[in-house]
Amino acid sequence: MSNRLSAPYGKLIDRSRSVTFSFEGAAVTGLAGDTIASALAAEGRWMISRSFKYHRPRGLVSAAGLEASTMVQVGVEPNVYACKRAIEDGLKVSAVNTFGGLASDKGRLLEKFSRFLPVGFYYRTFFTPRVTWKFWEPVIRWLAGLGTIDPDTPHGHYDKQYLFADVAVIGGGPAGLSAALSAAGAGAEVVLVDDNVALGGALNYIRQSDDDGLVARVTADPRITVLTEAVAQGLFSDNWLSVTKGNRLYKLRAKSVVVATGAHEQPAVFRGNDLPGVMLGTAAQRLMRLWAVRPGRRAVVLAANDDAYDVVLDLVEAGVTVAAVADLRDDAGADPRVAAVKAKGVPVHARTCIAEAVEGANHVKAVRLAPVTGPGSFGAAGEAIACDLVCVSVGYVPLTQLLSQGGARLVPDDSTCMPRVASLPDGLFAAGSVAGVWGACAQDGVRAGLAAAAHAGKDCGVPPAVAGDAQGRTYPNPIFPHPKGKDFIEFDEDIQVRDIFDAAAMGWDHIQLLKRFSTAGMGPSQGKLYNALVQKALSTATGITPPVVGTITVRPPVIGEKLGQLAGRGFEPTRLTAMHHQHVAAGAKMMVAGTWMRPAYYGPDAETAVLAEVAAARQGVGMIDVSTLGKLEVRGPDAAAFLERVYTWTYAKLAVGRVRYALMLDETGAIIDDGVAARLHDQHFYVTATTGGVDRVFRLMQFFNTQWRMKVDVANVTAAYAGLNLIGPKAREVLSALGTDIDVSREAFGYLGIRTGRVAGIPARVMRIGFGGELGYEIHVPASRGAELWDAVAAAGAAFGIRPVGIEAQRVLRLEKGHIIVGQDTDALTHPLEAGMGWAVGRKKADFLGKAAMDALEAKGLSRQLVGFELDPAAPVVPLENHLVIKGGDIAGRVTSITRSPSLGKVVGLATVAPDQSAIGSAFSIRAEGGVMVTAKVVPIPFYDPDNTRQEM
Amino acid sequence: MPLALLKAGFRDRSKPPPRELPATPELKKSYDVVIIGAGGHGLAAAYNLAKTWGIKSVAVLDKGYIGGGNTARNTAIVRANYLTPEGVAFYKESMGLFETLSQELDFNVMYTRKNHLTLGHTDAAMRTMRWRAEVNKHLGVASEVIDAKQVAEIEPRLNMSDAVRYPILGALYHPVGGTARHDAVAWGYAIRAAQMGVEIHQLTEVTGLEVTGDKVTAVHTNRGTVQAGRVLQAVAGASSHVAKMAGLRLAIRTIPLQACVSQPVKPIINAVVVSGSLHCYIWQSQRGELVMGGAVDPYPLWSTRSSLEFKEGLMGHMLELFPFLSEVRMMRQWAGMSDMTPDFAPIMGKTHLANYYIDAGWGTYGFKATPVSGKRMAECVATDTTPDIIKPFRHDRFTRFEQVGEAGAASVGS
Repeated sequence: MSNRLSAPYGKLIDRSRSVTFSFEGAAVTGLAGDTIASALAAEGRWMISRSFKYHRPRGLVSAAGLEASTMVQVGVEPNVYACKRAIEDGLKVSAVNTFGGLASDKGRLLEKFSRFLPVGFYYRTFFTPRVTWKFWEPVIRWLAGLGTIDPDTPHGHYDKQYLFADVAVIGGGPAGLSAALSAAGAGAEVVLVDDNVALGGALNYIRQSDDDGLVARVTADPRITVLTEAVAQGLFSDNWLSVTKGNRLYKLRAKSVVVATGAHEQPAVFRGNDLPGVMLGTAAQRLMRLWAVRPGRRAVVLAANDDAYDVVLDLVEAGVTVAAVADLRDDAGADPRVAAVKAKGVPVHARTCIAEAVEGANHVKAVRLAPVTGPGSFGAAGEAIACDLVCVSVGYVPLTQLLSQGGARLVPDDSTCMPRVASLPDGLFAAGSVAGVWGACAQDGVRAGLAAAAHAGKDCGVPPAVAGDAQGRTYPNPIFPHPKGKDFIEFDEDIQVRDIFDAAAMGWDHIQLLKRFSTAGMGPSQGKLYNALVQKALSTATGITPPVVGTITVRPPVIGEKLGQLAGRGFEPTRLTAMHHQHVAAGAKMMVAGTWMRPAYYGPDAETAVLAEVAAARQGVGMIDVSTLGKLEVRGPDAAAFLERVYTWTYAKLAVGRVRYALMLDETGAIIDDGVAARLHDQHFYVTATTGGVDRVFRLMQFFNTQWRMKVDVANVTAAYAGLNLIGPKAREVLSALGTDIDVSREAFGYLGIRTGRVAGIPARVMRIGFGGELGYEIHVPASRGAELWDAVAAAGAAFGIRPVGIEAQRVLRLEKGHIIVGQDTDALTHPLEAGMGWAVGRKKADFLGKAAMDALEAKGLSRQLVGFELDPAAPVVPLENHLVIKGGDIAGRVTSITRSPSLGKVVGLATVAPDQSAIGSAFSIRAEGGVMVTAKVVPIPFYDPDNTRQEM
Repeated sequence: MPLALLKAGFRDRSKPPPRELPATPELKKSYDVVIIGAGGHGLAAAYNLAKTWGIKSVAVLDKGYIGGGNTARNTAIVRANYLTPEGVAFYKESMGLFETLSQELDFNVMYTRKNHLTLGHTDAAMRTMRWRAEVNKHLGVASEVIDAKQVAEIEPRLNMSDAVRYPILGALYHPVGGTARHDAVAWGYAIRAAQMGVEIHQLTEVTGLEVTGDKVTAVHTNRGTVQAGRVLQAVAGASSHVAKMAGLRLAIRTIPLQACVSQPVKPIINAVVVSGSLHCYIWQSQRGELVMGGAVDPYPLWSTRSSLEFKEGLMGHMLELFPFLSEVRMMRQWAGMSDMTPDFAPIMGKTHLANYYIDAGWGTYGFKATPVSGKRMAECVATDTTPDIIKPFRHDRFTRFEQVGEAGAASVGS
């Protein structure tokens, strides 16, 4: 049986094109332009879902995507509003949260137990005895939740786009359209956002539908960018909007924002008010005018304002029999529309409410009317009036979510029974019914548009405020509790009036407590349709008026961005060094090192590769990509003085052409980074920092430079230079073979020197450093020539048996030499004295970062000490890093680094131990894997080449 | 059917149910103990003062509603796998109390073990995890470093692919870690404390403290002034502000911590999954929502505003772990204010004033410490002696250079 009305009904549908999709496995044919809900309704299928708790049949209420009862599963997409999603051929739609399908949901059995499931029941039980919860928790989890997630959901294509506007207008009704036009007219660039398919707002579906050419003018205006089917999800600080459309997230920055989101109708509360077929008056109007769907055959209208009579007239015109109008008001009033309804022969009962709606086959089949005897109470109910449609037009709730998010102050207004905009922050404007202006909303839009343009710097006059006319549109208390319940006040969460009253009586009587205890407003729609009712019920329950009851805090998002929209393409920068492809070609196993990728070792087998690489560095020559090292240029008359303050050591007297270790502490005296500082000129240092630490070091340097106002400039040039460490006894020969204008003889270029010149024809900074403990040169060249350098070194080194050396081998080399890695051999509190690095601290300096703390810590005496150790060769297992040092049953420290040294033929490492265990020769215990205790002995560091002859060759 | 539900079902429904959460009474002239802050910590302390120490002349004052601060805003995760022995011992005691808290309070706080996984994506992270695991095990906390294969067995939905920016190498596995219903913890303590005579004053804002000599003598509120024998402050997010009234300057920076939940969906994720490298964590609530969050905001701010950048960054990482969540919709985002100390450990115990006690600096770990803080702060206030287990957290440790060093295990607000 088709419910389709003939043209001109159906503004959005194309009758020439039918579209077939499936719902709950059955084929449904609708028309292009239909939503899932309208196509189903056209076939007479009104039940869309089962309710959250009791699995009652539910259908559309607003036809505007405001309530969770219209959420369906569309393919892999959970929780889709059926009233907002356009149908497409082949779409697979199913109901959510049913047990055995929508038609015969076994979950309905739960309703029989509803008296045993009072509000907050899960706090009362399921915990005695303790194991009970283990059983019930999964049951509760299984019952809760709407849609399902398919773990094989394909990776969607999401992207993001920045938008900028002088004025952003949210809402394409008459107020928003007028605001956009007037702002554009004043010279502003405007972005207009509307979540509907067609601009025009309510003009598309209410009786008075003359838009005065607004839509055409907006569409034609070159200064207005229109985004339809786009949802303004959030309004963040400084007019920063998140807008979703399709698979795109727009990030819109506007100088001014006009919120013209309008108002929606509010449901009434009576027994059975949640049955399919009970809907808002505007929902019926939307169905008819937008999609040519007749909402029913025989209707009862619950009225409490004059707009309800438009609904009646619309229904009658569409061929729906209106059996009765129940008007909550004492008198239906003198509006001509009321007279028109009466003239059509429709019985109008003033001071009358619906006592209950009666359920037929998953649908309303009748209502009983009753006289209103007081606020929220009614007398004896009359005979059942058969109907398949109940339209409710008893009042409005302004869509203030964005205003609230943006910092507007909204106060409940007793005279209108709606919130009123009491104040707006700078740059935020409201227009139309969201701001209490109904009749003259276009005029109010013009005002807001001009005010927004003026705020955005356009030279235009701003007309005076338009008086609000919200009175008489919203009935104060449309809640008529029934002694037998099933009078739903919050559909998302299946909450009845009794639940609210009981929760308040039990002490959860603050609106926020009530929300958290009853879960009203915590559902997928965040209670948009229902929060005002909950607030009203709480006020009734506590006798406190709504202004004091307060409102639930509105938080973003308004509807809900998909996580994919927020993630976008998920840009996660991966930094590759200039020599990356050379590593890959050389068979490197690459590993993640912070934001960088670095070669771990070269070759198929880690152990063989590392041994060969260490051997090359110790006996021949190796090449290491050190491009990821942090690099900073510190320049200016105060460069040396600045470094003296941020680093522990002294640099004032460091000669030009010399390099010195650099150790940085935080204010608590803890080591946070290390590197070297090389003096290129009296006023110019080239400073290195750790790969992971350089960003922090740079940030700190900028922070202190700003505070201290020294004559120095700091630049982070990490990415500008590539670096290659040539290491091994044959390093000098390779460097010579490469061709360089630098005198590389030991006499001219000794250990800890820096020279600039050319290497293999490439401009380079060359430092005689390296933490491997061998003759070494660190060659830094512009990143653009890094690959060229690598290739040149590889070619020149071939004759000397050069090998690329990866991170794993470097770790061995540095540990054999006893060098620490900040963050591995130190923790958040390690200070230089604990780390045995007092030598790197200029104790005579007046001050440096962390000095006061270090002095205080030194005065307290050490509580632990970092030492070098050798593992007892008889140890049954080799401990791993971070196995604990145990002394007298307590934790005394930990192994920070450990390796089987190929050069020394034994296991060595670094560990923190108690001070009385730190003397050379002391033994201590380590608890290794499986709790096995092994013994280690403190030995001097460096383990390898203690006299440092090799690195100074 | 459980007895409690039968009783509720057959109750005389013509009368309203009895009141449980207490109404705010008139303020008396004086109390033995005034507690500033009716969040989880303040209420737990009040409960323990009354129950363990017999001190029932207690007023708990709050400028808002019961449990409306960070008790309402945290993401309800409970764990004890910290790094320092001091921290591990403390949170271990808290976990023990959580295990039986529903029975203790006769109110279901829904403590649920959920296989807490802290993922490691780098060698460095895996090394830190072994450190944590070793310290945890030493102190009797279940905690293990597991490899990628074991991770996949515990949470099979995780994307274990190598073809991502930060492949999962392994995890720190903490089987007893889980969640509890945060609001219920505050309500349970409030109800039972009130039954023993504790007064809870909602919408009662402390506006000043009167200090005479080395004592707080009076507490000024928007509802009048009260005399107090002893005063405890437990006001996460506003700790510096209230401490200043007592003349106490704290080593605290207040930084927003944001979180969000998705719309409810059927069960899909079973564990609590945390990734330090990706700055994100996720678990699925009993209501079916995916509860998600990350690290604190990049800068201090005295505000509970939400930001778009937070969600964008978080989801970019979350979808690397769980790509199939891309079609799920966000439902709500919010923020709390975290009182961050330099060493990521709390500030607890006695102060420079003889009768003023502090419970602050709860950063991103306050909820999971609720039972133990209540127990130990009550002991501290009742005996005027700092219990050993909270001695490391004294407020003046920063000027004494006796920090705790919890940074390695307390990042990523979980």
